Amino acid sequence: MGTTSVGSFFGSFLRDTLAIAAKDLRSEFRTKEALNASFAFSVVILVLFSFAFDPSSEQLQTISGGLLWLVFSFAGALILNRSFARELQNDCLDALISSPAPAGALFLGKAVANFVLLMIVELASLGVFGIFYDSRFGAQLGSIALVIALGTWGITVIGTMFSALTVNLRMREMMLPTLVYPLLIPALMAAMTLTTDLMNGTPFGKDNTIWLRVLTGFDFIYSILAVVFIDVVLIG
Amino acid sequence: MRNKLVYVLCLLAAGILCWQLYNILLNLPNEKDQGAIYRIVYFHVPAIFTGFMGFFVALGASGIYLATRNLKYDAFAAAVTEVSLTFATIVLATGMIWGRIIWGIWWTWDARLTTMLVCWLIYAGYLMLRRAIDEPTQRARLSAVVSIFGCTDILIVWKSIEWWRTQHPAPVLSVRDGGGMAPGMESPIYWNWLALMCLAAVLVMIRMRQENMAREIDSLRRMAHSY
Repeated sequence: MGTTSVGSFFGSFLRDTLAIAAKDLRSEFRTKEALNASFAFSVVILVLFSFAFDPSSEQLQTISGGLLWLVFSFAGALILNRSFARELQNDCLDALISSPAPAGALFLGKAVANFVLLMIVELASLGVFGIFYDSRFGAQLGSIALVIALGTWGITVIGTMFSALTVNLRMREMMLPTLVYPLLIPALMAAMTLTTDLMNGTPFGKDNTIWLRVLTGFDFIYSILAVVFIDVVLIG
Repeated sequence: MRNKLVYVLCLLAAGILCWQLYNILLNLPNEKDQGAIYRIVYFHVPAIFTGFMGFFVALGASGIYLATRNLKYDAFAAAVTEVSLTFATIVLATGMIWGRIIWGIWWTWDARLTTMLVCWLIYAGYLMLRRAIDEPTQRARLSAVVSIFGCTDILIVWKSIEWWRTQHPAPVLSVRDGGGMAPGMESPIYWNWLALMCLAAVLVMIRMRQENMAREIDSLRRMAHSY
């Protein structure tokens, strides 16, 4: 009996999560507002980088990971900013909170949707980056994909949590980046180091697996913290 | 009673600081490699101890607030964070002055310096968030969550950055690894720490009184508006 009720709880939690994620993705794919804005913004940043340093130099090899993650995290802010704010119209947020779905499922559903959207933007900008800056990442494609997925989940978890936290604030657009970027430093630092290594052809090894552990640990710790504290943030 | 405690702690802090200032400036010899500038350690290290202790106390107070929902703990957490941020600023400022003399540069992206700066940014964000929310219980709730997230982050940054790069000297106090300071040179650090802790306690008490008063005025104003 006990295991069945635990099983059915997780079953319905998962169903709610997927329902929220599907709802968010459906409404985004219909308008494509955030996707288009975020992708256009990341292309603009990629173009601006070419003025900041010599795009054909050796130096580019050593900073490519850092550049990419700056683009990803800036582009992510545009998507994450709207994640909860879009629910303010017609009091949708109140309806979602009073629905039978637990706050944890609401959070995870939104996080999954943001993750998918951000991954789409990132893959597109990775292509643009490869063309503009002549980067070859075919050799370590699997490892790069893993790092990007882990790093993006880190950005998404923190970003979605703080999107919920700042949704009712006067200075929402300003508060979100101020709070999110300092918290993201460990994840971004790990992702930048790993991506630079992989892009230069260095596979996972003794020197850099520590960063993979930092990144995984960061994702794990904050996923749990966010699911635990989302009730306090959304409901009170 | 609380007023008396504020005065007593204030006098204690002032007394110890004057005594140690005399000791540091007139009694202690210059350090053999660094010369006179090493004396900044007597404010740099106690300030970081006080600051970090404050951030952990604030974490505890935020947790207790979420458990009890008593706004007293929120006022305490806010006051402690503000005071600790001041000490963190002192650490950064004294560290930069020291770095300029010894390393020849104001700043380096070393592990400890970066951790401290991240810490500073996170808690500055915390205080900005508090200003952006008017409703007291919402402010208390959200800032408690930010405090918990922030403190966790500092622990991760602290651990992860250790593997990164380090220019900052390793701890020299005898509580860790036997230490490298002469006994007479080490004791002022602890005395100054005690003095700064007293000073921090005084500032927190004054700040909490302000916070309580602000809340009282706010509730009176709401009451007046409701008539």
